[in-house]
Order: sequence, then structure tokens, then C-alpha cells
Amino acid sequence: MLKIVKRTLLAVALISLSAGAVAQDSIKMGALATLEGAFTVLGEDSMRGVQMALAEFGHMAGGKKIELITGSSDASPDSAIRATRKLVEQDGVQVLVGPLSGSEGLAVKDYAKTQPNVTFLNGTSAAQDTTLREPADNFYRFSTDGAQWMAGLGEYAYNDKGYRSVAVLAEDYSFPYTQVFGFLEPFCRLGGKAPVDARFWVPIGNKDYSSVIAALPDDVDAIYVALGGADAVNFLTQYEQSGGELPLIGGSITVDQSVLGSKGRTRTFVVGTPSAGPISDTWDDSRWNNFVAAYQAQFPDGFPSPSLFAHGYYINTKAALLALDAVGGDLSDGGVKYRATLDALEFETPTGMVKLDERRNAIADIFLTEVIEGPDGNLLNKTIKVVEQVSQTFGLSYEEFLKYGQVGRENPSCE
Amino acid sequence: MNSRRWFSGTMSEAGLHPGIIVVAVFLIAYPGFTSDFFTFQIGAYSLILASIALSLMMLAGYGGMISLAQMTVAGMAGYLVAILGDNSVGVMGLGWPWWLTVVIAITVAAMFSAFIGAIAVRTQGIYTIMITLAIAVAFFYFVRQNYTIFNGFTGFAGVEPPTLFGVYWRSPTPFYYLCLAIAAISLFAVFYISRSTFGLSLQAIRDNPRRMRSLGFNVASHRIFAYFLSGIIAGTAGVLMVWFNGRISPGSVGVDVVIDILVIAVVGGLRHPVGPFLGAIAFVLLENFAIDLIDRERFNTVIGLAFLLIVLFSPDGLLGLWKRIREKLQAAKQSRLAVNGVKQIDSRSYKTLDNP
Amino acid sequence: MRRFIEQHTFWSIVILLFAAILLWLIFAVWPQWLVEILGRKKTFVNTLLNGLTLGGLYFLVASGFTLIFGLMRNVNLAHGSMYLLGAYIGYEVAEASGSWFLGLAVAFLAIAASGMLMQTLVFRRMEGDDIRQTMVTIAISIIVADLMLAIWTGTTYQFAPPEWLFGATQLPVVSVIRSSGDAVYIKYPIYRLVVLFVAVAVGILLWLFLNRTRIGMMIRAGVNDRDMLSASGVNVQLVFVLVFGIGAGLAGFAGVVGGTALSIAPGEDIRYLLASLIVVIVGGLGSVPGAAIGALLIGLAEQFGLAYFPTYGVVLTFLIMVLVLALRPQGIMGTQWSKE
Repeated sequence: MLKIVKRTLLAVALISLSAGAVAQDSIKMGALATLEGAFTVLGEDSMRGVQMALAEFGHMAGGKKIELITGSSDASPDSAIRATRKLVEQDGVQVLVGPLSGSEGLAVKDYAKTQPNVTFLNGTSAAQDTTLREPADNFYRFSTDGAQWMAGLGEYAYNDKGYRSVAVLAEDYSFPYTQVFGFLEPFCRLGGKAPVDARFWVPIGNKDYSSVIAALPDDVDAIYVALGGADAVNFLTQYEQSGGELPLIGGSITVDQSVLGSKGRTRTFVVGTPSAGPISDTWDDSRWNNFVAAYQAQFPDGFPSPSLFAHGYYINTKAALLALDAVGGDLSDGGVKYRATLDALEFETPTGMVKLDERRNAIADIFLTEVIEGPDGNLLNKTIKVVEQVSQTFGLSYEEFLKYGQVGRENPSCE
Repeated sequence: MNSRRWFSGTMSEAGLHPGIIVVAVFLIAYPGFTSDFFTFQIGAYSLILASIALSLMMLAGYGGMISLAQMTVAGMAGYLVAILGDNSVGVMGLGWPWWLTVVIAITVAAMFSAFIGAIAVRTQGIYTIMITLAIAVAFFYFVRQNYTIFNGFTGFAGVEPPTLFGVYWRSPTPFYYLCLAIAAISLFAVFYISRSTFGLSLQAIRDNPRRMRSLGFNVASHRIFAYFLSGIIAGTAGVLMVWFNGRISPGSVGVDVVIDILVIAVVGGLRHPVGPFLGAIAFVLLENFAIDLIDRERFNTVIGLAFLLIVLFSPDGLLGLWKRIREKLQAAKQSRLAVNGVKQIDSRSYKTLDNP
Repeated sequence: MRRFIEQHTFWSIVILLFAAILLWLIFAVWPQWLVEILGRKKTFVNTLLNGLTLGGLYFLVASGFTLIFGLMRNVNLAHGSMYLLGAYIGYEVAEASGSWFLGLAVAFLAIAASGMLMQTLVFRRMEGDDIRQTMVTIAISIIVADLMLAIWTGTTYQFAPPEWLFGATQLPVVSVIRSSGDAVYIKYPIYRLVVLFVAVAVGILLWLFLNRTRIGMMIRAGVNDRDMLSASGVNVQLVFVLVFGIGAGLAGFAGVVGGTALSIAPGEDIRYLLASLIVVIVGGLGSVPGAAIGALLIGLAEQFGLAYFPTYGVVLTFLIMVLVLALRPQGIMGTQWSKE
């Protein structure tokens, strides 16, 4: 059986090889997301974001037809690179949107440097260094990074909630490091405390938090939790089971819809947990409401409301298409003119205005939210405040911001 | 048991099958008529995976030991290249010259393999699968949690092959030839080992360890040495792997990758060194082009089904399948002859019938 | 017991002393110097209990694995997939019927049936070819994992156990004495205590089944000498099917129990397969008491690792495995298998 498959594959490969030379009245655009492995559901929602932007433009930009080619990774940087290489070198895409997760983003940025004629736009990967240190000239991020997502939360916890000391519980890898940094930096600057020995870094994928919960200190005001997906669900249930009483502060994906809406018990004790992120499900604004309505109309079998993955891919795809329109679909100069247009691009998104800084990272609005109980008993994130035009360096100069050093378990030290 | 006869004789020029020459010419000319993508990501990558699977085939085919830790050994070498040489992450990166880095990486990987062997040979058979799987996963967890040496979840990026003789060795064509050379050397090394005294005693130990022990052979040390040799092959391929990707992280040595190597070796065929190469080509083509044909989401189902079918119906993999088809064809031809022979009451026809 | 004390007087004293210290650590109010060394008592006692309950869960999964291996020399690497499939099936049934216990029962039966099917359709065809059987289980686990992902997606599922099983209970163990003189008692989740209780009950039932029933005797005879058993006129195939059913069923059962204590998500199959592997390697392949000891050891190691040095906690369990293999390759309770 495999022989037949192989022969078919070879045939297909040869056909696609010879097709490379056909004259261009269309533009090939690649989209890379995690369409396999545990993040499949998120990857699929990302692709919905891409489809939404394309539908909005009628699959045309700059007078040319947009031909979409999808690529898939399993969230590991190795597979992301292989899929990217195939899209760029085999399928010949000139514009690529993706990838989804942080370490993939770093890998694709490195690869982008070897393909100066192709333009890369981020999907939702949110590592700082994708654009902060050694950026690639042709890698654009119209979505924001993990530290930006925390904007305003530290101040809110200190000033409005009155917390003075927090314990930290987070997964042990770069995305939570970035989030913890984004939360603690303002919190500690204001005078809050988060001693290094009250930070618990658990391996990603850990399911049994009971012993960690037992080891959490009692003498803090709140616990900052940066866990995602199944890990967050497990922690919340076990925390409730063991009779935990301290209030929580959530990372961007700790109390989002995928966690609050997971199958099983409703976790009413998380009501009142503040969090922050690039979107807010309940933001009552016509731009956001229109976006949600379009999403629901186009994808009746999608999520009840677009996730931050659909949102991120939508924004980046839209940016790519807007700039294509502006240059009339002309990429014949290796995309030089196209990228100059992207550099200056400033446009209205479902979550407010977006523009880029000099390292091609977005300056955008961030939403401060708090978990509330909805009218029919389900849990929702209510928008408390919109923090406007958050930059990657929190308003500091680039040089000053670099002094913080790379995010890590002990940054900031908060002594 | 026909297959074992293939390795036992010496290789004479007359024994060189014309097919081998055709394949060799094809492989050498390959970059000339394909794109960079096919040269690099299909060609070179297949050869790297095949080399790692070859190291497994050597252990399994000649030693009867199925180790799931071959990717781990390769990963160890890859990590060492990033740690001792240069990387762009700012952790470790001791900046040693490339030749020293490579030599040490391969040596340490081989010793690591021997260490795994030393643990695994305390048990045998299916226990080996379990223990090597556990070791592979332990290594994965360890590199993911250790930040001081292995840089944890992030791993290393910006690992460059050297520029030597004015050639940048990651450009597709030179890199392809590098991989081809390494794979060819490994293949011939495995052929050679299989016919050496050591290889023959290893195979004898596989078939009857008790007899070999009473004959005075040190069974354990033979097996550990086999692990050491396979570690050299896997380690060398690991160096190529990190140059190919330019990076290495825990995901590069994760459970699914570890299992992939087993799938490649088994699908290709565990009894003959050429098997892993067939398996690797099939795997890489499927991995790259499955998304254009079927739903990429179900890629693993396809891989798993192919694996299951092979294990169920052709234990010797694609190679065995081919051999069986050929034998069937020959048998059909011979039975036709035999029918004629019976008419003539020829003694030869009885022989044919005795030997279905 | 008495013979053990007479023969190993020294070790008996060590064990008794160890037990006494442990009891004191649990029930006494810790003096200040001890708190400085080990941290708070609450953390210690909770971690100890967590280790015990996790060990109980591991025992439920691993006992089926070791039972199948003991009789059939079949390393069923699809055991983790059976755990996860059982959890999903149990969830669907519990959700549809509203009864958690029905979910538990159906998960056991459905997975037992699938195990029996696997034994009759696949493994019987390649009897004696251990390695090939193991490969087949790898293939099955790859396919099943992908199909489960297709059906149940990457979403996390959690059972809603009966209300009386949820929440925490107060243990008769004092954590600290407040300055006001009040004693603060330690709270512990009820459900986890139930897991421990179920594991002990299953262990006792398995022991009774293996040691006190006719079929159990056949199984034990089969473990010792397969050929002799079939020569004595027993239908070995039937025994094989039965054992495979029980072993697989236990995995499905554990899926619901574990899915309630923690959660169900893709990747859990590998986690529990791995836990089973290590438990039986440490405890000794084919031995049910060995699985109990191994599960306890691994559960405790994992939890203490997580609480006291989270970064390398995961690696601790593997160190135990390597140590056991180096000192006693057949595992703690394993019998020395014949040299080849």
C-alpha cells in the first residue's frame, strides 16, 4: 500500500515542481499553524482567522487572486521549520503568516533571515525575542508579545486590589517567564513583593498540583497563576478540592474561555480573578461585536467566540492583505516596496488601532478583565479597562528596556 | 533465514548487483536534477533519519536488541555540538573549534550509547524496549528541565556547520553530499561489521546466547560494544541533524520522534541495512506531502496504519515485502516448470516440490 | 511474619524504627528545629498523602499491565491508550446517564471487551513472537491516540464525581498549634482518599482472585510454566483472553478514577504508559505485589520531588529505575527469569 502512496507522492511532487514556472497572475500566501498534535484545536481556530481576513477581501488583493497554501506543525520548532521551508522553497509562497507558539516563532524568525525576499508575518507566537533581540528585517508582528499582554495587571493588583505580596505558580518555560515578567515588573516597581522562593515553576504538562498547592505559602495576599489549557483546569479543580482560599491573579491563558468553558464543574470560586490579554470576549464595542458576528456567521461550528488565536492570525493576515492592496500586488522587487508599506502600515482592528515600532512589533491595545458569573450561570471575562497603545518596551527606550535582561525564573528579582 | 546468507559471504566484484550501481549513480546525480528543496529537505533529511534508523537496525538485526534510545543518542551529540561549539542563545556555547566539537560530540554520544547498553543488557528481549523507552523519556525530561547546561524548554538555536574549503556546508548540495557520504560510510561499516568476527559472534549471541556463553564468549560485553558502535553512527547522524535544523530543543528528542525512528526502521525492514533507507524515504515523503493529499490532521493515523500493516503482514518491512513478491513470482515460474517436469518424471522436479 | 523477624532481625528493627519515625512525623506537632529543616508540617503530610494516593492510581494502571505481561510475556504498550480510551468512554456515559458509577462500570467493561478482542484477533496470531506483539501494540497506540484526538479534540475533560466525593475533609492530624492554643487540623480532599481506598480494595481482590480461586491458580500456574499448563489439559487460550480482559479493564477503570482525580486530555496515554513501565520495571515484571511496591515508591518520589525540588522532580523517578536496574535487574519483587 505504501508503495502506491509513494508513487502518487512522487508524481504529485514532480507535477508541482514543473508548475513552479507558470506566470503569476495570483499571489501565493502561506499560513502555518499547529494542525496536528495537542494544539490542533487552536491551530484550526487560527486558520479561521486567516479565512476571515481572506473572505473580507474576497480572496483578492492588489488586483490579484490570493492562493492560500496551508502548512502544519506539531508546535515543536523543528517541525515548524520543516513546514516553513516546504511552504517557501517548495510551494513558493511570497508571504507567510504564522506560526502559533513562542518557540516556533523564534525558529521561524531565524529562518526568515535566510530568505530575504519572502515576507513573514507572525501568527500568534508571543515570545519577546522574536522581535526584541536580533530581529529579522522581514519578520513582522502585528500581534503583541506575552509581556505586553500583561499590561496594566500589575498596577491593578497593587492599586485597586490592594495586594502587597504574591506567590507565583507558573509553567517552567519561556512563555510563562514572559508573562510573569510582564506582571511583576510594574507590581514590584510600585512596591509589591514576590520573593524568588515563593515562585513555583512546575514542568509543562504536570497534572497533579496537590503537592505544589500544599507547598504554597499562606502569608501572601494572592497567587499569580500562569498555566494554560489542561494544566490550568487541573490546578483550579485541585485548588478548590483542597480547600484553597487565597485569591488568584491569572495569566492570559489561565482563565480564558478554553479553561472556563472546559467540560466538567463550573469553578465559581474563580469569580473575581483579574487577568489581561490581547482580546476580551465581552468588550462592548461595535468593532469587536462585528468581528464576533462575522466569525459566528462564517463558522457556525467554531468556538462560541473567536479565540486569541483566530484574532492574532486575522490581524496579521489582514495586515498582509492591506499592504498587498497598497502596492497593487507587486512583489517583483523581492518585496522591498511591500515591506516598506508594511513598516508604515497603521490600521483599525477589532481591538483598536495597531501600528508597528522600529523592530516591527505591534503597538496595540490590551484588555484588563475580571471573571464574572454570566446571566445563565456560565463564567465570562468582563472588561475592566482598555490599556491603550501598549508598546513592547512599556514606554521605556529600547536601551533602557534591554537592561532588564532576558526573561527567566528570577527576572525581575523583586527584592 | 535467507537474509542472513546475504551478509555471510565476502563481497566480490561479481557479486555487485547492477541495481546497486544504478542506485549509486542516481544518488550521486540526484542534486543535479532536483530543486534545492528536494536536495535538502527530502534528500539530506531522509539520509540523516536513515542513518539513525540504521544504527537501530544494526542493534536489532544483528544483536536482537530493539533500542528506542537511538534518537536520544543522536540528540546527545546534537546538544553537545550546540553546547561546545557556538550558538546564538547566549547559554553555554563554549566556542571550541568545529573538529574538536564534532569528535567529542560523537565520542560522548557513543559512550552514552554504551552506558544505555550497559543498563539495558542487564535485561533482555522486550525488556530492552521498555528500558530504552524509559531512558529516552528521562533524557527528554532532563534536557527540558535543565537550564544551566541544556537551556531547558528553549534549547539552542543558531548552530552553524563550519565553512570549510570555501564551502558553506549547509547549502543544499554540499550538505546533501556530506549526508550521502556519511550514510554510505555507515552503511558499509554496518556491512563490514556484520561480516567481521565481532559481527558474526554478535549474531550467534542473538540466536543462542547460552551456547555462546558456554563457549566462553562474554555476551554482555559483546552487546555493550554493539551499542557503542551503533552510538557512533547515531551520534554522527545527530551532528548532521543539528546542522540540518540549525537548532535543537527537547522536542527534537521527544517521545514521538523516538517512536518515529522505530517506525522508519521497522517499515523499511529490520533485517537488512538497506531497509532503514527505504523506510526513511517513505516517511519523509509522507511527512512533507501528506498535507497536499490527505488531511494533515490524520497524518499519525496514516503512519500508524502503515506501521501496523507492515508489522502484521510483512515483519521484514518493505524490503521483505519486495523479497516475498519476487519469491512468489519465481515460485510461480518454477511450479510451471515443475508441472512440465512431473510429466517427464524428472528427479529435479521433486526437489522443486520439496522446496516450496 | 515471625520467620521473617527471626531471619532478618536487623532489617526488622530498621523497618520498625522507620515506621515509628514516620508515625511520629505524621501525628506529633513539629518542633521548631524540624520545621526549619523540612519546612511546614502541612506540606510534608500533604505530600506524603499525595504520594500514597498517586501510588494508588499508578497501582490500578500498572497491575493490569503486569498481569498481562506475567502470563503472556506481552508488553502491551497500548496500555496507556486503554487508560485514556476508558476515561473518554466513561466520561461520555457518565455525562449521558448522569451517573458517575455507571461510567466507571461501562469503562471497565468496554475496555475489557476491547482487550479481549485484541487478544483473540491480533495476539493469538503471533503467539510466541513477543517482539512483534509489542510492535503491534505500539502501532495500535499511535492510531488510537490520533483517532481519540479526532473524536474528543484537544479539549480538557473533567468528571463531575458525586457531590459527596468532592471537597475536603479534616484529618485527625494537627498541623500547628496557634499561639492562641487552638489546634489547626490538616484538610485533605475526600476523593483522593477514596482513590487510595479503591486501590487497596482492588489489590486485595486481585490477591484473593489469584490465590483463592481455581482460575487464579491456573493463571499463576501459567505464569510459572505456560507449556505445562496447556499440557495439563487447561484451555490456555481462554485463560489468556480472561487475563487480557481483566488487565485491560483495570486500565479503563483507572481511566475514570484517574480522570476524576486529575483530568483527561491528549498525552495522558503516554504519561500513564510510562508510569506503568517504570512501576513494573522497579517492582518486578509480572508480580502484582511488585506493582504495588513500585507504584508506592514512584508515587511518593514524584510528589516529594514536585514539592521539594520541582525542577528535577520528574527525573527522580528515573533515577530510582536506573538504581533498581543496576542493583536488582529483575525488579524488587521480580523472580530471576531464566538466563535466556
